[in-house]
This record gives sequence, C-alpha cells and structure tokens, in this order.
Amino acid sequence: MPSLPLSLENVSLSIGGASLIEDVSLTLHHGPRTIILGANGAGKSLILRLSHGLLGPTRGSVRWGGAERLGPLRRRQAMVFQKPIMLRRSTRANAGYGLKIAGMPRSEREARVAQVLERVGLARLAERDARVLSGGEQQKLALARAWALDPEIMFLDEPTANLDPTATAAVEAIVNEIHAGGAKIVMTTQSLSQAKRLADEVIFVHRGRVAEQTPADEFFANPRSAEAAAFLKGELAW
Amino acid sequence: MSEILSAFSIAFDLIVSLDRELIEIIRRTFLVSLSAVAIATLIGLPAGAVLAVVRFPGRRALVILINALMGLPPVVVGLVIYLVLSRSGPLGFMGLMFSPTAMIVAQCVLIVPIVTALSHQVLRELYEEYREQLCSFGATLPQMILTILWDGRRNLVTSVMAGFGRAVAEVGAVLIVGGNIAGVTRVMTTTIALETSKGDLALALALGMILVVTAIALNASAFLVGDAAPARQGG
Repeated sequence: MPSLPLSLENVSLSIGGASLIEDVSLTLHHGPRTIILGANGAGKSLILRLSHGLLGPTRGSVRWGGAERLGPLRRRQAMVFQKPIMLRRSTRANAGYGLKIAGMPRSEREARVAQVLERVGLARLAERDARVLSGGEQQKLALARAWALDPEIMFLDEPTANLDPTATAAVEAIVNEIHAGGAKIVMTTQSLSQAKRLADEVIFVHRGRVAEQTPADEFFANPRSAEAAAFLKGELAW
Repeated sequence: MSEILSAFSIAFDLIVSLDRELIEIIRRTFLVSLSAVAIATLIGLPAGAVLAVVRFPGRRALVILINALMGLPPVVVGLVIYLVLSRSGPLGFMGLMFSPTAMIVAQCVLIVPIVTALSHQVLRELYEEYREQLCSFGATLPQMILTILWDGRRNLVTSVMAGFGRAVAEVGAVLIVGGNIAGVTRVMTTTIALETSKGDLALALALGMILVVTAIALNASAFLVGDAAPARQGG
C-alpha cells in the first residue's frame, strides 16, 4: 500500500500550552519536489515531522494513502535531519543500519550499501568512524542511509543549513538524483535561492500556518499570499 | 615507627614471595566480586536501557529510587541478606549462610543499583541523540534497546567498573553474611579489618596495598576506555 497521497487535515499542534501549528491542511502527491519554505520558527520542521509521523497532531488528522495509522508504511519513508544523526559505527554500518532494522539479509544489504556509498562518493571512507567525517560527508552519509531504503517519500529537514556552498551543491545534486529515481521529495528550507533551484511546488509557512501551496513558477512570479510576497521581497514583517 | 616499617617490609615479602594465604584471599576476593559484578551487569545494563527507552507510568520515580539506592549502606544490606538467608529466614533452607554465594548475593544487591543508574545515564543521553532517527527507521523497542547498548558499550564499561570497584572495596556486607571464616569466606577487606584489630599489620598492609593498586588500575583503565571513544572528535 502506498503512503501517498499524504494529507494533513485541519492539523494543529500544541506543545506545553504553546500553539505551534494551527489548522494546517495540505495534500502531497507523488511527483513534484515539494519545498516547504518559511522563516526560522515558522513551523516548517514541525510540519515535516507531523508528515513523517514523528509527532502526532494535537487536533486534526494525518493520512498516508488514506490510512490514519502509519504502521509498516513508516518503512516506505525516510528522513534526513538538519544535523545528521550519526550512529557510533563505521560509515558502512551507518549506511546499512536502516536496512538492518527493516530486516534485509546481510548479503543483499552489503550490495545495496556499496551501491549508495558509491553514488554519494563515500565509498573510500566506508570503514571510517562516521563521527569523524566532515559535516558535508556526514550529511551525504545520512542521504545515502535514507536512499538505501529506496523510500517512496524522502523528507529532508534543512539538510544544507550547516553546510558550505560546495557541500550544499553536492547535497542538492543527490536530492535530484533520488527524485529522478522516483521518490517524492519533501524538503524544508529558509533559503529562497535553494527553493528556486529545487522546487516544483512551494508550500509557504508563516507563523504555524500554511499561507499557500503553489506551483513553483507561479509562486516566485506571482505569490498568492501577502506573507509570501513580503518574504520574496525580503521584507517579511515578523 | 620501626614497628610500622618492619610491617611494611614483611608485607612486601608476602607479596613478592606470593604467600599462599595472601594469594588465596586475593583469588577468593576476585571470584566473589567478579561473580557479583557479572550478575549485576546482566541485570543492570538491560534495566538501564529499558529505563532509558520505554515510557511508562512511574518511570521517573523508579529512576529516582534506583539512584537513591546507589547509596545503600553495606552493613544494612548485609543485615537484610543475613535475615533472609539465616536458618530461620525465608531462604534459610538453602543453607547459603556464611558461604561465598551469600557474599555474592550481598554484593549484587549493593551494586545492581549502581550499574543500573550509571548505565541509565549513559544510555539516556545516547537515546536522546538517536531517538528521531531510530523512530524514522521504524525501529521496534527491542531494536532500539540493542542499538543503544551496542553503541554505548565503551561508556558502559565505566558503569560496570564502578560497580566492581564498589564490590571489591566493600567490607560491611560480606563480613556479616560471610562471617570472615579463614579459608572459606575471608576476602581482602575483611582480612584487613580483622588483622588490623589483632595488631598484626603485615598481612593487612600487604592486602591493603594490593587493594589500592587494584582500585587505581580499575579507575585508570575505566578512564582510558572511555577516553578512547572518539566522542569528542568530528565536526
């Protein structure tokens, strides 16, 4: 069973009495690279975590292909975090960890791991402790680890926020390759230029609400919401 | 003063000549304390991991209790085990009183809270770091527990060594339940206490030196093992 289309229906999220996400409804379909754009603290990461089922909504519901329980569908999704979470293991063991959890036999796993490490350019560092890799290498490893799962949806939470321009370009190229392989891309960013480079569709988030969900061309030329227009002009009132 | 010096020189002789009584006491000490720490590890590490990963009502209270139990006074533990194992006690029929087994039980009770509480601290931190990624992979609770136990193994060595250090240096509990019987239940600490009170300082000093060296070596190696983990590296 597929986990797309993924829909949030009137989703609100409060943590410790603070209302962080308010009445968000949106649907994600197979195909376009969806970029969730917004300022710091707008709620982008929370919407991503709600979509991946890492957080449960306080009100409203999240549906994956119509199902309200994620269950085994979780294994059809993968997520890459802003600060890559490196297990205290080798690069190779990190890349294969998700497959191991999913119960793939060792022989199949080894081939798949070698393939993804090659694709992200980390094959020669396979035996190194993942925690001594550079920031850019760690993020590539996190991408390889997620890619190894061959997910239907790949969630990426500001994956380049801590990276230099070269590493950023490398990460973006990998994201495009993963997309070309058939995965749905859902990625947050606060960078307008990155959104312009990657987006097929933009979801603009402002103060815990979705201001608009618009095809990229239209969004950058002619945003529907006043908040997005202000953000594009670099003068979003906060 | 010369009395103390001569005690020192006899003590050295005992160690250098590998005195039979001395060796026997050291052997028994390690047998008892290593057994206790092995059992405490089998209980404490999984318990610490479960407390770090599983959310259940009363978890916080249990963590506080276990931390508080780290300070259990050994003589009181000895007394309680004595009551349980003595002939009229609930487990008296097992005939374990004044045996090395009783000493292992007593040390175990003393150090299970230590191994559990210290490993919980280590694993809690690791789990907080890993949690979202493990959830994202759809890891089950047993998979999460095994992952943090494996990845935290270097730091867990420190928890286990702290337990061993406490067991091997403790005197009150093993004195009560072991009875300090020569050739049967006499260990380093109880021998030191006895020989010192008899005024026979040589054997006490020899054992004291070995105990100090053991404790220092233990803490040094715990530090080295923890330090070898490349936790502070990476960017």
